[in-house]
Amino acid sequence: MLPMFFWAFVIGGLICVIGQIMFDVFKLTPGHTMSTLVVIGAILGGFGVYEPLIDFAGAGATIPITSFGNSLVNGALQEADQHGLVGVLTGMFEITSSGISAAVVFGFIGALLFKPKG
Amino acid sequence: MLKGKQSWVFPNRPVIVSSAAVGGPFEARGRLANDFDILHDDLWMGQDSYEKAHKLLLEEAIETAIQKGNATKEDVNFMLAGDLVNQITPSSFAARTLGIPYFGLFGACSTSMEGLALASFLINNQGAKTVVTAASSHNAAIEKQFRYPTEYGSQKPPTAQWTVTGAGAALLTDTDEKAGKLVTTSATIGKVVDLGISDPFNMGAAMAPAAADTIIAHFQDLQLDPAYYDLIITGDLAKIGSPIALELLQKEGLQIDSEKFKDCGLMVYQEDQKVQAGGSGAGCSAAVLYGHLFNEMRNGKYQRILLVATGALLSPLSFQQKESIPCIAHAVSIEVHP
Repeated sequence: MLPMFFWAFVIGGLICVIGQIMFDVFKLTPGHTMSTLVVIGAILGGFGVYEPLIDFAGAGATIPITSFGNSLVNGALQEADQHGLVGVLTGMFEITSSGISAAVVFGFIGALLFKPKG
Repeated sequence: MLKGKQSWVFPNRPVIVSSAAVGGPFEARGRLANDFDILHDDLWMGQDSYEKAHKLLLEEAIETAIQKGNATKEDVNFMLAGDLVNQITPSSFAARTLGIPYFGLFGACSTSMEGLALASFLINNQGAKTVVTAASSHNAAIEKQFRYPTEYGSQKPPTAQWTVTGAGAALLTDTDEKAGKLVTTSATIGKVVDLGISDPFNMGAAMAPAAADTIIAHFQDLQLDPAYYDLIITGDLAKIGSPIALELLQKEGLQIDSEKFKDCGLMVYQEDQKVQAGGSGAGCSAAVLYGHLFNEMRNGKYQRILLVATGALLSPLSFQQKESIPCIAHAVSIEVHP
């Protein structure tokens, strides 16, 4: 149990360090930084590297936005096995749909409770 | 009257009969709180959007300045104002409320001195009897305009600056009763300077060369020595930009005492207020000059000052397309008429 906490902290932290370096050193905008991390996660997922990382570091790998890219690709690959090319399109949101729906639902609740600023 | 390459002198000495500054809750905790005519304790200011609050700031500053000058809106020939929102709607909407013939200006944070220079020129050359000029910014409205969605809460580096919630307005006329009054005596219009900085979180460094360029042009055109002024104040160069500008000026051989070289962005907040490098925004130099500095001049602390308002002429789109940030600075000299 304890080693898992440790590696979750280290791997999750390292992904954040990469984001911070992109932000501070390479002067990427927050939007560019975020989408680049999604793409990196998707590529790692495509090569089958991200799932072992999740097994190793748990929430340290699933919480950062890179996990979203991994889920997009995994969903597409799974559906592609069953339905071919159309599966690539339908599968992308298969695994990620809960996350996207949660963003919509909680965003809505947040907007009801608070006065949006942005 | 044109003097030198890019400066005007105003031999008729337009009189600043009154001025006003309005601020928000963060400014109320700042160093210059006593110099604001109106301070709001809520960023919404009783409005249902920050843009409406932004407009209210400007309306209140102009109405207060007109009132303090014992004038009415009908007496004012022209209003010159600008801000940082797309299509400068707070200024134009305020002009709709006030019903004064209106010039909308955009010079980013240099708008305050663009307005004061043009207002002085109009009065000096009998183009108007009474003119009101103003500039304003609202922290939340401008953050929304220029930054990534504010709720995202992305960190700002220490070089970033804090947009001032404030408005400043000045009322100028061509009266002959000048003794002891504040008058504008000259102005230098800056050219756009771009040394290739493309980081919107480091505006101070981007604007410093523009400020130096305008100050050098001012002293060349007017054949003056920097010692002529009690103070030379830049708009919003803040902690990073101000020392850069001073160094550039000293390299060009202008001997300016660092005690006499100030910056509105460094004057407006307390040390313990977390504003990274300092204040900024079109309302920064306007509120500091038309509130604090004019009060100091009226109290006899300064006789002659040169205010150099600096502006970064970027758009939210231009920096995302990786364009560098073109900058500008305009200078106006204000004196106490003997």
